[in-house]
Amino acid sequence: MNFVNGEWNKAVNVRDFIQKNYTPYDGNDSFLAEPTARTKQLWEELSVLLEKERNAPGRVLDADTKLISGIAAHDAGYINKDLEVIVGLQTEKPLKRAIMPFGGLRMVEQSLEEHGYHLDPEVKKIFKYRHSHNESVFKVYTPEIRAARSAKLLTGLPDAYGRGRIIGDYRRVALYGVDYLIEQKKAAKDQLDYPQINEDILRKREEIAEQIDALEELKEMGKIYGFDLSRPAQDTKEAIQWTYFGYLAAVKEQNGAAMSLGRTSTFLDIYAERDLAEGRYTESEIQEMVDHFIMKLRIVRFLRTLDYDDIFAGDPVWVTECIGGMGLDGRHMVTKMSYRYLHTLINLGPAPEPNLTVLWSPRLPQNFKKYATAISVRTSSIQYENDDLMRVDLGDDYGIACCVSPMRIGKQMQFFGARANMAKCLLYAINGGVDEITGKQVGPALKPITGEYLDYDEVMARFDEMAKYLANVYTKALYTIHYMHDKYDYERIEMALMDENIKRTTACGIAGLSVVADSLSAIKYAKVKPIRNEKGIAVDFEIEGDYPKYGNNDDRVDDLAVMVARMFMNHIRQNNMYRDSIATQSVLTITSNVEYGKNTGTTPDGRKAGIPLAPGANPMHGRDTNGALASLLSVAKIPFEDCEDGISYTFSMAPSALGKEMEDRTDNLITMLDAYMDKTGQHLNVNVLNRETLLDAMDHPEKYPQLTIRVSGYAVNFIKLSREQQLEVISRTFHEKM
Amino acid sequence: MTGRIHSYESFGAVDGPGIRFVVFFQGCPLRCVFCHNPDTWDPADGTEVTVAEVVDKVRDYKPFYRNGGGVTLSGGEPLLQHEFVLALIHALHAEGIHVAIDTSGGIPLSVCKDAVDAADMLLLDIKAYDRALCAEITGSDAVFEREKELLEYCESVGKPVWIRHVVVPGYTLDKEKLEALAEYLRGFKCVERIEPLPFHKMGEHKWEPGLYRLADTQPPTEADMEMVNAVLKAGR
Repeated sequence: MNFVNGEWNKAVNVRDFIQKNYTPYDGNDSFLAEPTARTKQLWEELSVLLEKERNAPGRVLDADTKLISGIAAHDAGYINKDLEVIVGLQTEKPLKRAIMPFGGLRMVEQSLEEHGYHLDPEVKKIFKYRHSHNESVFKVYTPEIRAARSAKLLTGLPDAYGRGRIIGDYRRVALYGVDYLIEQKKAAKDQLDYPQINEDILRKREEIAEQIDALEELKEMGKIYGFDLSRPAQDTKEAIQWTYFGYLAAVKEQNGAAMSLGRTSTFLDIYAERDLAEGRYTESEIQEMVDHFIMKLRIVRFLRTLDYDDIFAGDPVWVTECIGGMGLDGRHMVTKMSYRYLHTLINLGPAPEPNLTVLWSPRLPQNFKKYATAISVRTSSIQYENDDLMRVDLGDDYGIACCVSPMRIGKQMQFFGARANMAKCLLYAINGGVDEITGKQVGPALKPITGEYLDYDEVMARFDEMAKYLANVYTKALYTIHYMHDKYDYERIEMALMDENIKRTTACGIAGLSVVADSLSAIKYAKVKPIRNEKGIAVDFEIEGDYPKYGNNDDRVDDLAVMVARMFMNHIRQNNMYRDSIATQSVLTITSNVEYGKNTGTTPDGRKAGIPLAPGANPMHGRDTNGALASLLSVAKIPFEDCEDGISYTFSMAPSALGKEMEDRTDNLITMLDAYMDKTGQHLNVNVLNRETLLDAMDHPEKYPQLTIRVSGYAVNFIKLSREQQLEVISRTFHEKM
Repeated sequence: MTGRIHSYESFGAVDGPGIRFVVFFQGCPLRCVFCHNPDTWDPADGTEVTVAEVVDKVRDYKPFYRNGGGVTLSGGEPLLQHEFVLALIHALHAEGIHVAIDTSGGIPLSVCKDAVDAADMLLLDIKAYDRALCAEITGSDAVFEREKELLEYCESVGKPVWIRHVVVPGYTLDKEKLEALAEYLRGFKCVERIEPLPFHKMGEHKWEPGLYRLADTQPPTEADMEMVNAVLKAGR
């Protein structure tokens, strides 16, 4: 094809290729094509399978029990070979789940058993001779880490499964072809030869060797489907197919917590623009390829345990794809392909995956803003993240892993760290490190607080100390986990599609920020009297008087939330990080806020034991009484520089509260997003639906097969949530106009 | 200068143009049968605030007002506190913020003219274009004339007005009456928009037991509202 040449011809540099060749699109959505007959039929056939899957025990339609998954392990698989223009499945059958035991054999065994399958004894035998990541971690965990883990002070740690949150630059497969990538890797390996050998050099050489093996397997997988991936893609169809094969290789090899796609739309648009201009494909044909590609992304599946579902509900994969954003040269990066991706939500209907993420800037073209917000109002399937905020450090070729974690594509990865329960940590501070539920001494035996009323300064001093302990045990756990993951479950293909010298972060996280802020506010501005049990543990609290609550744009309490986020991040920074990674932190819970709440006693803000914490950085349910913008401004105060792994805010609004007419609704949403981003809010999940719809869907799930709702950084199929989780979502603040 | 406020809503998307900060004033002289905020009636209730306190609250949201938004003074009946309203509008204008007054027109123009003059626009809730029905709904014989006087004044000075009209089966859901209202409104250039509001019972729980007369009244159907829209917006 005829491209403008540049740096990208001399070395791997996808960004340079994009910048030199893409065409910003300022027009409206009128060029978009309807689904083709083939697309409709294929989606219909897939919908039948999806329904079968929903009704299957544990919602697992089929599972492999024998063949350990790998890039080229399975035969070719199709939904309907005659209809598919983009092909490739994780196994030889759609929705059949593969086994990936290197993260954790136990998790594979347990998942299979729970869904009525049995692991082949031959597979088990292999692991007599080889460890999985999971076993290895538990061999070296200290008693201190184990205690914090079983007390649920730390939850969701990737110590039993793949860590995920690494994004390969899948576009490289299309732009360069695999042979060129292998050559580059070989050259990089050859360079790692110094007069003095050491462990670091050897490790790097070994890793590159593994990456080269994975690239060879990627070519093999291409051959299984009849494609020659050794060379670059020649047109739009190949570019989409090649990019997808890169991603498919990753999800065949890794059952990672979040397997995100990156930022592919503007890259692929370059091919589409050439093909349209040269008459190779029509708009309808290109939309068909996109629809089929997205369909594939909708059916990526992993085998997971029922426990896992309690924390990360609804079978999420986080195939996060970033759309839009601004370029460093001031041009926006919206292309026709940005529209085509969003248009799949109309052509195929709403869906939680891929996790479509618009990188928002007030400077995006108005037509695109209108289109994206209109799709939001119709489908509640899009999340928005602040490009102006992230572009400063990350440039214009970053993507989002999972929900809110930004990273440069092909140049940066993270060590996923799940999160620590700050609400429980506060209770430990009050109770001298004794767990309020089990009565066990888990944290350091600091002096418990014994006064009749809680004194703010005394509580803060203890809380600071307890947070210091928590940060220490937490980062030790993460160090251990990622050391073992690199050793036993290294992400060969994802790392093969990245540079050799990459930036690494250790992504810590906190849960319960709003409960802690409100608790501290109650202690500071009202009078809080602990009710202690016979062992002296504070198990309940009496609050005398009122206090300012987080979520109302009231600095008195919002400053406390900011202070807590900063304090914990600073404690984290004092600790050693694996592979000299840079410590970061997120305020994100996914759906684990329900599970965290279950395991946290009554808190000084008046929240009763067992009640869910608020998700992410959300205010506690029902406490934001000054309307939607007040809560937005409270959340926007949480400092991104101390929460660089993202600050998640989920926002639900009845359509009638967003404006009277459709145009009012999109205009208001645009203004809201513009202003929220100007106020440095990082992330906004937008749901536009009625509470009644959700209540009806609980009772009549069959009527809502595609009802999608955004929760804390991702989207789920509402009817796939447990009843408990559904009720929690419904109990959250809905902004409704009276 | 202090006023009495019931509450605030930082995100008002249905009370005037754009995104609006809504200040709900405490106190109302009317006793409308369908009122969904009876907790705003008593002028002695609510919280006492200064102009500066309200402006401080509003200021943070300025970026959200860029698309024609601003502040809407609602209630209750804001013009019951017309002096405070006037001072507040001046202070908000000094910040460059657009101000709308959401009124039922129950306060005589002679009393509240300065505040009306200062406002950028009015949202005028015409309860019924029928003297007897208007009195029945509001419990006040004077409202009908006062609403008309206010609207005619706005026309004379070119003050933009959005008309709102609550559609209640058994009261205002009446094609003839709606046609009369539509005909009357056609004569006004100042009327930029007519918004029929379907009656709802979400405020029923706020009434004292036994006083709510519409417990058995059902909200208008979608078809009803289509008819109302067609009638009110005909020829506009």
